[in-house]
Amino acid sequence: MSALLSVAEVHIAYGKVEAVRGVSLEVGTNEIVTIIGANGAGKTTLLNAVMGILPLQGRTVFASEDMATLDIEDRVAAGLSLVPEHRELFATMNVEDNLQLGAFRIPKATAANSFERVYSLFPRLKERRKQLAGTLSGGEQQMLAMGRALMGAPKLLMLDEPSLGLAPIIVADIFRTIGELRAAGVSVLLVEQNAQAALQIADRAYVMELGEFVLSGAARDIASNQRVAASYLGFQHEGGSAV
Amino acid sequence: MNTTILLFLLQDGITNGAIYALLGLALVLVFAVTRVILIPQGEFVTYGALSYAMLATGQVPGTAKLAVAMGLVAFGLDLFSARKSLHSRLVARAVAVDIVFPLAVCLLTYALAGPKTPIAVNIALALLIVAAIGLFLYRIAFQPIAHTSVLVLLIASVGCHLALQGLGLVFFGAEGLRGPALSSVALTAGSLRFTGQSLAVYGLAIAFIVALWLFFGYSLTGKALRATAVNRLGARLVGIRTTLSGQIAFLLASLIGAISGILIVPITTLYYDTGFLIGLKGFIAAIIGGLVSYPLTAVAAILVGVVEAFSSFYASNFKEVIVFTLILPVLVLRSLAAPAVEEEKD
Repeated sequence: MSALLSVAEVHIAYGKVEAVRGVSLEVGTNEIVTIIGANGAGKTTLLNAVMGILPLQGRTVFASEDMATLDIEDRVAAGLSLVPEHRELFATMNVEDNLQLGAFRIPKATAANSFERVYSLFPRLKERRKQLAGTLSGGEQQMLAMGRALMGAPKLLMLDEPSLGLAPIIVADIFRTIGELRAAGVSVLLVEQNAQAALQIADRAYVMELGEFVLSGAARDIASNQRVAASYLGFQHEGGSAV
Repeated sequence: MNTTILLFLLQDGITNGAIYALLGLALVLVFAVTRVILIPQGEFVTYGALSYAMLATGQVPGTAKLAVAMGLVAFGLDLFSARKSLHSRLVARAVAVDIVFPLAVCLLTYALAGPKTPIAVNIALALLIVAAIGLFLYRIAFQPIAHTSVLVLLIASVGCHLALQGLGLVFFGAEGLRGPALSSVALTAGSLRFTGQSLAVYGLAIAFIVALWLFFGYSLTGKALRATAVNRLGARLVGIRTTLSGQIAFLLASLIGAISGILIVPITTLYYDTGFLIGLKGFIAAIIGGLVSYPLTAVAAILVGVVEAFSSFYASNFKEVIVFTLILPVLVLRSLAAPAVEEEKD
């Protein structure tokens, strides 16, 4: 079976500086894949380029469709959705309007179901549905950003640092929800600095350093890899300087 | 001063103010969605008014042909920008919007124009023509530079204003025109006399304000336009085409401008360049509203109208000066309240 998203030999440059160099990755149906790596490794750049926000060189195929000629809006319609690092909510509009706009590209009848699904995933949003998005707490804003993306019933949800700046208890909550998405038939591509949490829920993982993937494999194996443990999980194995 | 004069001036001011309110609302709408300060709003007023006035005399205004010509340019741009991914649906849409629509409007105008055409038909034709021009103006002049700074957009806006004004001189000549009144009804209340025309002005202004409020508050398209204004990237990420939002905003603005023109052309003689000054007064109202607030803009527009009426009575030479001076204290206050406004990056 072919992968839901397949990115092959992708290069992304800001002017002359190449931020992502020859990266290939795949996300299968009903799979949670994570990209971990330090700040500035090029993870966000890669997600933005796959979404069409940045131009890239290389091949991206999503749901058997070549993405090269499609702009952001077409990619959304094809079932690709991004929750960006800065969330990009409609701050002066209320929670319900934000969610309703998330369903902009799907038929009205389906949108009603989406509301139910999102409210059952995030009951907090239902309580705050008349509140302006800009007045929500950080955690609630992240829930709203994810909820808005899910309203459009995407096949693949790309999450950029969902845990950034949130209290640990809320991070746990968000990650539990990401795990639940699999049951709902949504694949997830998760970019995280919080490698420990990401590796716990992911099926497979890629480790990114300076614009390249240096390691990839099952999340379990990556989590037990000494070098990853030392660099990203914050503990040192006996004599494990490098692999 | 006696009360009769006072009441007359107030009535006059409120009638003009209602027109400025409509124009101010259109400016706020366009700025919110596209960040364009729409200087050619005044040209939409003159184009609407004078096209209507010419149609009323049985002639076909040149604006009908301009719409077709602009449609052709827009079609070329649409094809060019989509050259890498030309699929049949896209081409069909471009043909329908850029070629068929303005051509149909133009042919309809030629078919229907005549000395005995009913007023309602003339109004509809004038509105269609100006709506097409507004739509294509965005497509041609602003959509290709939609991502640039407010300043660049403003310069382009000034350019559009000059071009459209020059074309206005070609189409309508240097002579002023007046159009027939929408209705000849007149009501008297005390010493005040309300003509059907001024009642239509109030009615339409209120209807438009309510309609805009409903549109932006409750319809999905309206919310999508607001979302584009609040966060462009966020809007694109939920699949809202920001180019389409811009086109809708311009379409609405040109319609509002044309309606304002048709409302005032039976009251005052309009020249090809009168629209600019009228548009500027709407702009003052929009500035007082901070280019964001619809209700504040509407209230400010009434104030502008009333100040104009009184100053034209007491110091008619300084009428415009006094009106435009209104903007100074507002700008000072606003700059004190918010000393540094950084422009949002896209």
